[in-house]
Order: sequence, then structure tokens, then C-alpha cells
Amino acid sequence: MTRALIVHRAGPALTLQDKGRPGWIAYGLSRGGAMDRLALAEGAALLGQRDAVALEMGGMGGLFEAGADLRIALTGAPMRARIDDAVVVWHASHLLPRGARLDIGPATSGAYGYLHVGGGFEAPEILGARSAHLTAGLGATIKAGTRLTVGHDTGHETGRKLPVADRFTGGRLRVVESLQTAFFPPDQLARFAAEGFTRDARANRMGVRLNPDGGGYGVDGALSVVSEVISPGDIQMTGDGAPFVLMAECQTTGGYPRLATVIPADLPRIAQAPTGARLAFRFVTMDEALAAETAWRKHIAGLPRHAQPILRHPADVPDLLGHKLVSGFSTGDHQDH
Amino acid sequence: MALDGAIFPIIRTVGVDGMLVSFGDRLSEPANRAAIAFRAELDAQGWDGIEESSSSLVSCYVRFDPLYLSHAALRTRLDALMSERDWLGADLPHGRWLHRIPTVYGGKLAPQLGEAAAAAGLSESEAIASLSETRVRVTALGFSPGQPYLGELPECWDIPRQQALTPKVPKGALVVAIRQLVLFGVTAPTGWRHVGQTAATLFRVEAERPFLLAPGDEVVFAPIDEAAFENMRHVPGGGVHSEMLA
Repeated sequence: MTRALIVHRAGPALTLQDKGRPGWIAYGLSRGGAMDRLALAEGAALLGQRDAVALEMGGMGGLFEAGADLRIALTGAPMRARIDDAVVVWHASHLLPRGARLDIGPATSGAYGYLHVGGGFEAPEILGARSAHLTAGLGATIKAGTRLTVGHDTGHETGRKLPVADRFTGGRLRVVESLQTAFFPPDQLARFAAEGFTRDARANRMGVRLNPDGGGYGVDGALSVVSEVISPGDIQMTGDGAPFVLMAECQTTGGYPRLATVIPADLPRIAQAPTGARLAFRFVTMDEALAAETAWRKHIAGLPRHAQPILRHPADVPDLLGHKLVSGFSTGDHQDH
Repeated sequence: MALDGAIFPIIRTVGVDGMLVSFGDRLSEPANRAAIAFRAELDAQGWDGIEESSSSLVSCYVRFDPLYLSHAALRTRLDALMSERDWLGADLPHGRWLHRIPTVYGGKLAPQLGEAAAAAGLSESEAIASLSETRVRVTALGFSPGQPYLGELPECWDIPRQQALTPKVPKGALVVAIRQLVLFGVTAPTGWRHVGQTAATLFRVEAERPFLLAPGDEVVFAPIDEAAFENMRHVPGGGVHSEMLA
């Protein structure tokens, strides 16, 4: 019997995701991969594994049943979640015993939640990765009735959580100047860094549309701008002047002028900004951006050390009397490493 | 435009982890050739810290790990490579392919041949001869995986895009504007005129070479009739014949 997670109900935007498939830009295939790379790393840290395939859930989750005892972790946009009748905490790992049902509802903030399993989800490797790339026609959204195969799990720990700073409500994003920044008039650049934006309802894995508080953006002679390479995080000004932040499944080249690029460390924040979230931008120098990149990689590398046991409040435990509350004895010292 | 007066080639940053060497600010045959040749040389150099490269219409893109290979160090190396030779006059690299792609011109499968020919000042048969006898080069790939831009067509094909978009051309459609061709990898809307139809499959994940075309490859769109095209539809790859260029 293969290990599996059975999908009984599926939200509209469930896809298997990993770090994407770099190396094909020259052929017109963008890297793709998880919208929130930090959430991917958090799940791996909670389960003590590396580079596993996770289930990305845009907007809402679904109803899942364990076909075997599974370890799971929930990261990214917090969603209402229960295992059978018990509410479970987000940013944490749990045991999902065989036959148990995991019900994941809508996001309470943010945009993309992630369900990880010990051993990772199995999917065929295509061009070096297992993630779905919908715009390229690789993989597909996961529908109800699917049986997701789960890989061999060498880990044992569950019941751990990660302290996670809020990145699910918009905020101020750091940007660097990019290849076409100088095409824009200085007054537009100044306004871009000063005014506020609202995340539009139109967003998907290709990009996120923003509505500026003031007027639109654009450059003279935009139609004669030669198509150039696109990098995720690029802020493209479309024909109607609204900024579009290009994301995981963006095209590899484009002719719309781009004003700046969101730094990688802040991409999770734009990916997770829900409809209506308020956003702003701040230009940083390349040196500041590189310092941020160093800090971001250090943060990701340190995640496993920050996973800690879930301490539940007694009132949250429905069958308190059924639990063995004291085992052996305690010295009373905090075992704080 | 901000690049007016710039002396090419120029280097610009792309986000935090990319650099772009551009050989012009508008599409030209020499700038495209330079971009392809420069990228081939860059790949041959195999510098540590480079993670990916590509060429677009007039530029070569490098993605690198900026914490391993500093911006300053990469810029110095690129500068040295740029001044090593006259890239606008460089030969195209070895290892390129020539593809013969069977194409139906005009008729119900490619309904805009007549208006495109008129815009180019040609009769339909002259237009077919011109399009099918010009050996075009893949200048860049983009929009959908494996989908090529090809050029450069004779000057008479410097025809504008249509005012209105054609809502849908099928996969395999050959469209023309501004001395370039695009061969569609997916069904899509376009402002370019639909002059030919092919059965070519540009992206096959299960194939040994998943992408039919690479930048720098050359293509001939050989004319066939509708009956032959119907047969091509059932041939794997759509009847494309590819050979390595000497």
C-alpha cells in the first residue's frame, strides 16, 4: 500500500510546488515554483527535511484524508484548520494518523497556504523539478478525488511550531533600480516611492496587480521599448498605467517598461498580500539589497533551530482528563536551549 | 528614451542577481547576432557563480549568485569580454540547427495571407515565395515555452501590427509583422497577421530535446498544400526536419 493523502474537497488553486526549475529562461520557460519561498523553507524546517514538494493552496485549502500515518506541517497564509474535531495551529507540524481528516478552510490573512507532508509529495520530475507550472502547461491544479502519493518519511518529530513574523497583510517592500528604471521621469519615481498602493483582486501565479492611490505610470515611447528579460519581482507598467508585480510564472521576456524590482527577501510579502492589502515601496541601494539577501539566507538556514514544541493552553485541550499530565518528575528548570 | 546617446554595448543590472549586456536599443540583425555570440562565449568561459544565461533580441542576460560572485567582479569580467572583440561583427556560434518546417500558406488555415501580402506590396504567390525562401534565424524565445521570434525578413515585410487583435490563432500559426515572424506554441490572441499554418510542436517535455528551437537556429518554412498538411498533423513533431549546421 503506497503512502497517500486523499483529496476529498479541493479549493480552486491547489498545486504541487517546489523551488521551481531554473535554467530554461533562454527557451522561454520561467522558473516557477512556490509563490512564497519562505513558507516552503518553513515547512521543511518543521519536518526536518529538505527540498520536498508541498501543496500550495491559493485562498483556501480543502478536505484531506490520511491514507497512512503522516506527519504534516502547515505554513504560509494562516487558514482555519482542523484534524477531525480538533482545531490545529498554523506555522506548525502535526501527526495526521491514518484515516484522520484534515479540513483546511479559507485563509484568515495572506493569500497562499502550504500543506507539507513528511517525505514530501511525489510527482514526476519534468525538466529538473516536480512543481506545476500552469502557464507552461506543466502539471495541473489538484482536484477532489485525487490521491496524492507521499514519499518515504525518515523523520519522526511532530508537534513543533515556528515563530513567524507577519508577512500576510501587505506593508512596505524594498525595491532596487533595474534595467529600465531610468526610462521613467524623476517625478514618477519620486511618487512611486512616496504613495500607497492597494492590491487588486486580479492576481495569480503570473503576477499581482496593484492600484496606485494617484494616477497611472508610464514612459514616453513605451511602444518602441525592445522586449527584454523579465525577473520575478519586476514591477511592470501595463498599458493602463497600473503596476503589475511579476511573480513565479511570469513570462521570460516582455515589452512593457519596468520601473523597479522587488528584492527576493520581500517577494513572500507581495505574494501573500491579500486583495485590498495596502502596499508601499522603498528604493534601497544594491549594497542594502545584498545585505538584506545575506540576512534572508541566514534566516532561512536558521529556521530548523527555531522550531520549538507546541505548548498548549490547558483550556484548548478538549479531553484534558484523558491526558497523562505528569510523567516522571520535573526539576522545575527551564530546558531552554 | 534614457538609452539615447548610449554607447553600446552597455551593462545594466537586472534585479539583485542579474546583469544584462545589451548591444542596441532596438532590434537589428547585428545586435541579435552579437547577443547570441556573446552568450555562447560566456557559457564557454564557465565562470564560477554564474547560474544561468540567455539571449534575448539584443541582449545577453546573466543570472548569478551575488553573494558568491560580487557585482563588481562580474562587471569587470563582462567588461573585459565585451572589449575582447567587435561582437557586432562576430560569427554565430557552432552547434546550431537548421529546421525545415512544412507550412500551409493562405487558404482557410491561414486567412490573412492576402492582406499581409497587400501590405507588403506583393501578390499572394510572391508573398509565399518570399516567406518560404527566406532562411530566418531564431532571434529569441519567449511568451510561451519554446515559442520563437524569427527574422529578419526582406524590407517589404516591414508592415505594422494590426490595429485590432485577432482574438485567437491556433497553435502552430505563423504570423508576421515588422520584418519578423512568430510561430505560436499555444492558441493565443495576436496583433500580427496569420499567414501560414504549421503542425510543429515547439515544446515536448518527453522528448530528448524538449525544445525544438534555440536562439541562433535557422528555419525555413517550406510550402506544402492542405492535403499534405492533414498528413503532417498525424506525424510526431509535425513533419519538421532538423539538421545540425556545419
